Amino acid sequence: MINGAKAVVKCLEKEQVPVIFGYPGAAICPFYDELSESGIRHILVRQEQNAGHAASGYARMTGRPGVCVVTSGPGATNLITALATAYMDSIPLIAITGQVSSDLLGRDVFQEVDITGAAEPFTKHSYLLKDAADIPKVFKEAFYIASTGRPGPVLIDLPVDIQKQMIDFQYPHQVSIRGYNPNVKGHVIQIKRVLQAIEEAKRPVICVGGGAFASDAAGQIHAFSEQFQIPVVSTMMGISIMNTDDPLYYGMLGMHGNKCANRAIHDSDLLIIIGARVGDRAVSTPNILAKRTRVVHIDIDPAEIGKNMHTSIPLVGDAATVLEQLCEKELQTDTEEWIELLDELRAQLPRELPEREGYVNPKNFLRLLSEKTGENAVFVADVGQNQIWSANNLMIKNSRFLTTGGMGTMGYSVPAAVGAKLACPDRQVVAVCGDGSFQMQLCELATICQHGVPVKIVVMTNTKLGMVRELQYQGYRANYVGVDLSGSPDFMKLTDAYGIAHRRISGMDEAGQAIDEMLNAEGPYLLECIVDPMESSL
Amino acid sequence: MKHTISVLVENHAGVLSRISGLFSRRGFNIDSLAVGVTEDPTISRITIVVDGNDHTVEQVEKQLNKLIDVLKVRTIPSDELLKRELVLIKIEATPNERREIMDIVQILGARIIDLTVTTLTIEVTEKTENIERLLALLSEYSVKEIARTGVIALQKGSDTIKGNGKQIL
Repeated sequence: MINGAKAVVKCLEKEQVPVIFGYPGAAICPFYDELSESGIRHILVRQEQNAGHAASGYARMTGRPGVCVVTSGPGATNLITALATAYMDSIPLIAITGQVSSDLLGRDVFQEVDITGAAEPFTKHSYLLKDAADIPKVFKEAFYIASTGRPGPVLIDLPVDIQKQMIDFQYPHQVSIRGYNPNVKGHVIQIKRVLQAIEEAKRPVICVGGGAFASDAAGQIHAFSEQFQIPVVSTMMGISIMNTDDPLYYGMLGMHGNKCANRAIHDSDLLIIIGARVGDRAVSTPNILAKRTRVVHIDIDPAEIGKNMHTSIPLVGDAATVLEQLCEKELQTDTEEWIELLDELRAQLPRELPEREGYVNPKNFLRLLSEKTGENAVFVADVGQNQIWSANNLMIKNSRFLTTGGMGTMGYSVPAAVGAKLACPDRQVVAVCGDGSFQMQLCELATICQHGVPVKIVVMTNTKLGMVRELQYQGYRANYVGVDLSGSPDFMKLTDAYGIAHRRISGMDEAGQAIDEMLNAEGPYLLECIVDPMESSL
Repeated sequence: MKHTISVLVENHAGVLSRISGLFSRRGFNIDSLAVGVTEDPTISRITIVVDGNDHTVEQVEKQLNKLIDVLKVRTIPSDELLKRELVLIKIEATPNERREIMDIVQILGARIIDLTVTTLTIEVTEKTENIERLLALLSEYSVKEIARTGVIALQKGSDTIKGNGKQIL
């Protein structure tokens, strides 16, 4: 017989979880007590939301659910933003929350919140445990649900008395959930229809989204586009599925995308959407577009198909599997002219951008940064102008680009970079944020120091909430309200206080050397770039 | 247009709140919702009447299917719909009015289940349209209180909801 807390630890061991991210409190103490006996590494974050983001970064780099553990009440509510972020971006998480004793539930005792109720809209599924005997089954199911089908966060609420209840532990080998059975293989008839559409198309284009990562389908997408000679554009979540210099890749589409990618979508006669939601930032007027072009939508979540855009050929299934099915067929396609046209458009996209005295041009800087990191890096962009600059200017070469494209949560980059670095210690992990988003997460500098996580942080300082400033400039008569960030600390002194290496640059002439210094530093490093406050996103 | 959707769900705590939360969150309008246990005690059946176009109903079905606790979703075609609703109506009635009300009740297939000196309580189990007709007639009198169950429904013929799989596409 072991207690429930020990059972939870054993479940995590059975699921081969090497590291968890958390913040303890009274209602989760039995779990922490047992955790000390285990080989599982615990990363203490400095605010619960960041436990969720770090687990997200970890999950995205390993393809396995990231685990975060917090206490009841405020610990649990602080986690909600991270859960919502993971839910919007379809990232597999297991969130374990302590809860008050089950016999006290509903009495509003100290640090009690109905977290399963509160998080219901942002979780793929949730459990409130009332009997420790259910722990093995619930954990087995939770890992299965989080990581299969369309991935997402699963919440397990663990009352403190349940953690102390004694049970016989046996971990189930299999799960059987009668209400959950995601379709992986594409329907044969739909596959045939898609192939026929490809054969008939003169101007086909593939739009790839974050689902391609969830399905680990980078290789299949590459093979598919090459075999049928179909150009590829990506949503923000789909960036780094294709290398930037891939001849068939034309960059990011949408409100902040490039002209070439948007033209490709607009002028296409066949649009093949793979693992993307057709969100408003990616396609602003989907149903006008759908009148002009034939739409094939491949997604493992049937509810995404037809939700935002009328679809001619729906195809439910796992992207990698479906693309393999499609590639089985040899087809004669004639897209040469179309590709030539897009190549011309791509060649017209601006490359080097003009410099301004006293400022770092963020776009040129990010190009240089990605040149210098070379292959195999991990870039984590935060939210705001820094995100758009990163999305459009980082030259991806077998590197990975992480950001929160769906939820757009400021303060994501540093904790997510911590998770990513722990997932792949041999890769260079660089977080890019603005001075606004950096201040939402700067408490995590302590996490980096405490656990010796050598992430590199680039802060684009423009003393403004740049994205909102731009919005107010364009849509609100340049009536700047609440976007001035003066009063911010000197980030050099601040990082000094943490003992983190740092440098500030205010011109591109120093950029190369500063980037080298950052990348060569053994420990964490913060590089602050002074950016023109009037710099635009695009 | 009204659509009647039958949903089989796991019979445990929290399922109803997941479903009702989904409707409000996604902006679907519920006309009525009725829940009860089925022939299998581990499964409940929820009957939901939604107002919306075909696209809305397709989304409702798909979103419901995403819930882990949902086992089966089926929109019953309107020409194959066997639907009933139970309504209890308490009416203030003087002895003079009583006779007239009893006539209406009898003609429309309802019945009186309680009687006091000043009130009578009517029970009716019928299609929504017939219930509306009865209520319209009774509105001439002083209706004190109404309780309605919401629509429950089965499909005509020998087919059951378990006939088809969970996946819609």
